[in-house]
Amino acid sequence: MENSRALRIFVPLAVGVGFLLLWEFLVRVNGVPEFVLPAPSRIGASLVTNFGSLMGSLWITLRITLMAFVLAVIGGVGLAILFSQSRIVEAAFFPYAVILQVTPVVSIAPLILIWVGFDRTELALLIIAWIVAFFPILSNTTLGLRSADHNLRDLFRLYGASRWQVLSELQLPSALPYMLAGMKISGGLALIGAVVAEFVAGSGTTTGLAWRIIEAGNRLDIPKMFAALLLLSTLGIILFFALSWAEHRMLRRWHESALKRES
Amino acid sequence: MKTQTSGASLIDIQGVSKTYDNGTTALQAVTAGIAQGSFVSLLGPSGCGKSTLLRIIAGLITPSSGVLDWPATGGVRPDDIGFVFQDATLMPWASVFDNVYLPLKLRGKMRKDVEPQIMDALTRVGLAQFSESFPRELSGGMKMRVSIARALVTRPPVLLMDEPFAALDEFTREKLDDDLLALWQAENWTVIFVTHSVYESVYLSERVLVMGARPGRILHDMVIDEPFPRGRAFRAKPSYHAQCAEISDMLRHDVEA
Repeated sequence: MENSRALRIFVPLAVGVGFLLLWEFLVRVNGVPEFVLPAPSRIGASLVTNFGSLMGSLWITLRITLMAFVLAVIGGVGLAILFSQSRIVEAAFFPYAVILQVTPVVSIAPLILIWVGFDRTELALLIIAWIVAFFPILSNTTLGLRSADHNLRDLFRLYGASRWQVLSELQLPSALPYMLAGMKISGGLALIGAVVAEFVAGSGTTTGLAWRIIEAGNRLDIPKMFAALLLLSTLGIILFFALSWAEHRMLRRWHESALKRES
Repeated sequence: MKTQTSGASLIDIQGVSKTYDNGTTALQAVTAGIAQGSFVSLLGPSGCGKSTLLRIIAGLITPSSGVLDWPATGGVRPDDIGFVFQDATLMPWASVFDNVYLPLKLRGKMRKDVEPQIMDALTRVGLAQFSESFPRELSGGMKMRVSIARALVTRPPVLLMDEPFAALDEFTREKLDDDLLALWQAENWTVIFVTHSVYESVYLSERVLVMGARPGRILHDMVIDEPFPRGRAFRAKPSYHAQCAEISDMLRHDVEA
């Protein structure tokens, strides 16, 4: 147990610290200019200097990401439940969900911006991030709802269970691991969607982290660019671990994926 | 002490056939009567349609032709039928208690109202102290007991079992065979037990319906005229082995024919 913990936490941490030290060392020894590659210490300093504006931007990106994610869960699970109730509905709409998914969101973004209006960019960003995030939840939940054990289905029939009871007592619990796996993917995608959408929307309309990156790039303020990047990565990592933790909490007592084995 | 039951007919199976959509004839003109309170085994090789027949009795499959009548209950299948599958078929996300609660929950019974009933069912299969455990924490035999507790919690008049102990080791299986017989004697159930084990069918049953394959049909209706309770001594009796041998020969002839 202790060994595996050390392996999972301290080894990657040591690699990270070593990498930063090497980076710092090479930049200093070779005198690499700041606008090509700033040293980690310089990035840290920039983060402190620009803390206020960067945190404001982080909050905007985080808000769009979380809202898109929550709406993706509601939309994805809701639609999947609808699909599970009727094969006809599923056959009718699933292909269009796929089309929405496979069309690169960057190419739809300008259209959405025009429709929503440039005075409501944040809403446009939300829609774009939602489009990217909702599909994994939809497809995973749809699969999960269909994966209920067929003998258990027979048992429910035998006991005269209603459609609602089959859904709530059998299909949804069976789908939970699938749903959570989809959510883990969607969390990351919502963040990507929020950033990509902001890039497409262009500078000045919203001031999320993506805009800070564009702005810093235009001013050749590379340390600030790295600082914004660092915050984005941190956000993504926190999101991923939060969802992994939630998954583990919900499945730890029964699902194979969350169980610890002796061997 | 229970002896041979020759109660009124509970189920009348008349000329029941089942052909699946792909053209396979799983059952051909099966006719049999099942007496109330009896212990009957459906025995046969894979593909003889014994599971299909059980599912037709349960109402999970509709027969292609023939009639299934329930004379003792006014011609209709009782609401309450206990069914035990080959796998324990438990909900992995629910505790042992909640798994056994399922049939009652689906009927709108409140958890607190039926708690004694559930604990009683668990006590009868010897798992009362495991009510808060999850299925993955139990052995194969214990899971099967939970499955049996779930089937008997509503006190059904009929218990249908589809090769329930086939996946268990021999010791566990013999133990569960004895436990099942003890429960059957105490509860006044009608048990229909599907198995491919000749020994198990002779040990457990009052009657063995020997089935043959391609197409599935009843080859022989054999009465096992031995007193209950049966125990280790019965497994050692010459008559037990003679009956097992007789049935084995019957099945071999059918396969060779």
